[in-house]
Amino acid sequence: MSVLIFIDHSEGKIKKTSLEAICYGAALAKQTGVPAEGILLGTVSEDLGSLGKYGIQKIHTVSQESLNQLDAEQYIRIISTVAGTCGATIIVLSHTNTGRAISPGLSVRLKAGLVTGATALPETSAGFLVKKNVFSGKAFCTVSIKTDTKIISLNPNVFPVKTGEGSAEIIAENIPVGPPVVTIKSVSKATGEILLTEAEIVVSGGRGMKGPENWGPIEELAKLLHAATACSRPVADAGWRPHNEHVGQTGIAIAPNLYIAIGISGAIQHLAGVNRSKVIVVINKDPEAPFFKSADYGIVGDAFEILPKLISAVKKLKGVA
Amino acid sequence: MKILVCISKTPDTTAKIAFTDNNRKFVTEGVQWILNPYDEWYALVRAIEIKEKDPSTALHLIMVGGADCDAVIRKALALGGDEAIRVNAEPRDSFYVASQIANVAKGAGYDLIFTGKETIDFNGASVGGMIAGLLELPFISLAARFDLSGNEATLIREIEGGEETVSVKLPLVIGCQKGMAEQRIPNMKGIMGARSKPLKVVEPVAAESFTEIVSFELPPVKKGVKLVPADNPEELVRLLHEEAKLI
Ligand SMILES: Cc1cc2nc3c(=O)[nH]c(=O)nc-3n(C[C@H](O)[C@H](O)[C@H](O)COP(=O)(O)OP(=O)(O)OC[C@H]3O[C@@H](n4cnc5c(N)ncnc54)[C@H](O)[C@@H]3O)c2cc1C
Repeated sequence: MSVLIFIDHSEGKIKKTSLEAICYGAALAKQTGVPAEGILLGTVSEDLGSLGKYGIQKIHTVSQESLNQLDAEQYIRIISTVAGTCGATIIVLSHTNTGRAISPGLSVRLKAGLVTGATALPETSAGFLVKKNVFSGKAFCTVSIKTDTKIISLNPNVFPVKTGEGSAEIIAENIPVGPPVVTIKSVSKATGEILLTEAEIVVSGGRGMKGPENWGPIEELAKLLHAATACSRPVADAGWRPHNEHVGQTGIAIAPNLYIAIGISGAIQHLAGVNRSKVIVVINKDPEAPFFKSADYGIVGDAFEILPKLISAVKKLKGVA
Repeated sequence: MKILVCISKTPDTTAKIAFTDNNRKFVTEGVQWILNPYDEWYALVRAIEIKEKDPSTALHLIMVGGADCDAVIRKALALGGDEAIRVNAEPRDSFYVASQIANVAKGAGYDLIFTGKETIDFNGASVGGMIAGLLELPFISLAARFDLSGNEATLIREIEGGEETVSVKLPLVIGCQKGMAEQRIPNMKGIMGARSKPLKVVEPVAAESFTEIVSFELPPVKKGVKLVPADNPEELVRLLHEEAKLI
């Protein structure tokens, strides 16, 4: 028996969301008295053994270059095989784009109940109860998994990454990799940017910013705070900002530690994507803007006057000229 | 070309979320039910566009649910599609729903099965991938664009921090999100026509459910906003640094 954690990577580096999944899986392994093992497909430049410091004992690897890109069919097949050989009764992955592509297929193949978007460690004293987000962030529900094997996909940025001591044993698996069913023709990726779903701080602009030409201060503030940028739906629909910045009920749902909303009214559909943020700051010239009801801190005023002052105050704090 | 679009009903995006019966049941009184936006705006509309280009396409809609779903199914048919199938069963969990749909689709020769990326109520994001698993078909999740050339589909799917263009042979299952198509409003002709389209009710097959909802809870209420004067954003920075300890 073991907890098997899927470790995802990008550009040779383990994703932050996977470190969260490892820590979650390790905590769950401890809680249920079994070892924590990882599985990594493809190649990374990091020293895998050092991942032991997150509480994982073994890492199974299939080091094929072709697996550096998402190949859902192969991933599902290989993870299922390894889950079988190491007797995994719980599989943990993160509820990211990769997680979404493979967790349902794994559930079918392993006849394992799946909970996506878990927000806390399961309750295992009686049964197996997992808390997850429902109603697009407006509520939680507790789901009981009834199958012998269980799969949990963990929401990003809900479980802390903690380091301790230890090193993991690397086990190179000899599993043949077949030709891909889905051919990847091209990839376009913004490199070096902070991913919206992984960001601890997000600076977001709405229609109150008046036009795409006014996004300079938002980007500057984001950069100073090591934050990602986001926007409301009408802003993306109007083409002021790219679609992948659209947060909300019909866009991306995020849960950063700090969400700074500038010129956004706080419509219920917008809130659905951001209300899991730990702290919300709202800057809006309308004191009646609904967003203030969900905010922790706020400034009522004109964003165009406030932003320059806010930026210089952050610069002062960070010691940037 | 034969297409199946999986649809589901969800509370309207502005619906009040409340629970009863010891937090075990969602309060449905006064709730307006809509077609799940991802199923409607992206999956269904994209399938309709394919049929508009090639009118010989057979376009079927499927929902797993009780008779209370029929109104929402008619709304979907008002947008387009030839007929709808309702599997007459309470959707017990994602695996149960996927099993019912896979059972209808099996051997029925669908070239494309469209689903939305997730429902806005359960946020499971699982049914599409499970149907693919059950039918042993490829699954493209988070698809933002779909083009067809003969027997080969080219799709753009979202990956973390970017996108990938992929190609895959039919048949396949696609989870649709923003970018796939533009939202449409049904017209009068569509609404009238929807009434006479076939809505077939089929009984469920025996299938397992892997999970079960035990209870719901609402998030803790916010303490209230701390306002900072507009002429003093430095104070906000101080609070975020010293009090919230986030910057
Ligand atoms: C089914 C459905 C799904 C939806 N999904 C989403 C979604 O996923 N995400 C989303 O964001 N929306 C979504 N919406 C739209 C949502 O209802 C709102 O219309 C939208 O969020 C409003 O965007 P906004 O706040 O940028 O613009 P507005 O509502 O126009 O608000 C602009 C705000 O800026 C303020 N402002 C103006 N000028 C200034 C200034 N100089 N300084 C400071 N403040 C200023 C105004 O006071 C106002 O509060 C959805 C709607 C529906 C019906």
